[in-house]
Amino acid sequence: MRCVRIGNAAGFWGDDPDAPATLLRGAPDLQYLTLDYLAEVSMSILAGQMQRDPTKGFAGDFLDVMQSIAPLLREGRRVKIITNAGGLNPTGCATQCAKILHAAGCKTFRIGVVQGDDVLPEIRAHAKSEAFAHLETAQPISTVADQLVTANAYLGAEPIAQALRQGADIVITGRVADPSLTVAPAIAEFGWKSDDYTRIAGATVAGHLIECGTQATGGISTDWLAIPDPAHIGFPIAEVYEDGSCVITKPPGTGGQVSEQTIKEQLIYEIGDPAAYLSPDATVSFLSLAVREDATDRVRVSGALGKAPPTTYKVSATYRAGFRATGLITITGRDAQAKARKCGEIVLQRLGEAGSPPQRANVECIGEDQRVLLRISVADPRRQVLEKFRRLIAPLITAGPQGVTGYADIPRPQVREVFGYWPTLIARDRVQWTVSVMES
Amino acid sequence: MIRLGDIAYARSGDKGAAANIGVIARRQSDYPLLLRVLTTAVVADFFKDLRPSNVRRYELPNLGALNFVLSDVLDGGGSVSLRLDAQGKTLGQALLEMKLDVPNE
Repeated sequence: MRCVRIGNAAGFWGDDPDAPATLLRGAPDLQYLTLDYLAEVSMSILAGQMQRDPTKGFAGDFLDVMQSIAPLLREGRRVKIITNAGGLNPTGCATQCAKILHAAGCKTFRIGVVQGDDVLPEIRAHAKSEAFAHLETAQPISTVADQLVTANAYLGAEPIAQALRQGADIVITGRVADPSLTVAPAIAEFGWKSDDYTRIAGATVAGHLIECGTQATGGISTDWLAIPDPAHIGFPIAEVYEDGSCVITKPPGTGGQVSEQTIKEQLIYEIGDPAAYLSPDATVSFLSLAVREDATDRVRVSGALGKAPPTTYKVSATYRAGFRATGLITITGRDAQAKARKCGEIVLQRLGEAGSPPQRANVECIGEDQRVLLRISVADPRRQVLEKFRRLIAPLITAGPQGVTGYADIPRPQVREVFGYWPTLIARDRVQWTVSVMES
Repeated sequence: MIRLGDIAYARSGDKGAAANIGVIARRQSDYPLLLRVLTTAVVADFFKDLRPSNVRRYELPNLGALNFVLSDVLDGGGSVSLRLDAQGKTLGQALLEMKLDVPNE
């Protein structure tokens, strides 16, 4: 049976920067490389960057990845790359990517750009109404209308598949559903119809399994201590078959493990109702899945069932929600827990006496007996409260209990902006995605 | 007495302000035991310090697994949460420490 080999070498923004080049070298038959950079509130961070510099607003790490794999591409390595690194500015990302390929001496490359996920204007236009209610709390979006920063719909596989059909070697998107990065090449290779829900469901499961990179190959496994050679853990490869089933594996000679256990652990990661895993490409049931070890580090996953996806796209909106800072200090010796708790109380008491108490505060004393890491976290809409707070930890070095230590390694708390997460839905016909393919 | 981790493995993460915990039987033959002992009431009680507003249990007999969704246990989740574990990553292995009144083999 025909199959398409799709790897993932970035499960999140900040993942191992060497992984893409390592995966390409370790898996010479890999046809597609997916790189996932966008977490729920990533877009709000990108919005801040774009505000300071309109040419930014995408995951800059992707450019370093392209730099690192450009020599392989120049040598003629054939692989197509699919990434959501475009963030809020897929075109800007594509432009920079093209420059890197050109400078590295790579021959002509076609870069596909998917746009249209940004629905902020549409949401802003209705922000004073009862529309776009929060998916969990059902509150209307008018509660955060004035603080909205970003709003992006999770597009599906179709625009990416279209870019691939138009000959794109690299496809750069903004917000798309993570599994769709894997579903798209299967659709493009096999010519599946968009209503072939059962096969699309299978590819969606494959995408779900590899989207978090090494979490499929032994990372964060319950039995992690028994996972072989974790220092050289391999990134996952999904062999997606024409019938929608898949085999999850990893390059030979790498560390980590692909077993029934590591695959089952990742199957249930961050899911809700397993009878209705929602993606823009299909609604998937996990209840008929079969997981079987075919060989060492090869696990077959089959039996996914699919139905039509929702008539809405999920939207991740973010809004400004004040500021936060976290202070850390180590307290050791007799009564360390009691000493740490008292230190936490002192900091919050002094903060209250200095002005007004913070809107929210959380004190955690982490550790046992004689070694405790005191963690004080504070949030408030007023930046000056946080500026005061960040100066209240260090005095404990001399005024606090005997046994305060570890401060030299820990910088003064940094004040960070808080972005609230507002999940909501938008009708599909209110989202107009576009695909363009440019030559580099 | 055994610990849950003797017969199951687990993984947890966030779904917005909720957390999910998947618990999977190490041997399919222990799935009925999981079904019996890991009720929503037991799991809600185990995590009572996190004050879940709701605990739902989904059954995946084909995988020998249960999926629990605990609402409002992450102090708002994401960048809003002030907790060390803002994303519920620690809940799975915490649950595996649960003692079960089951005879050792």
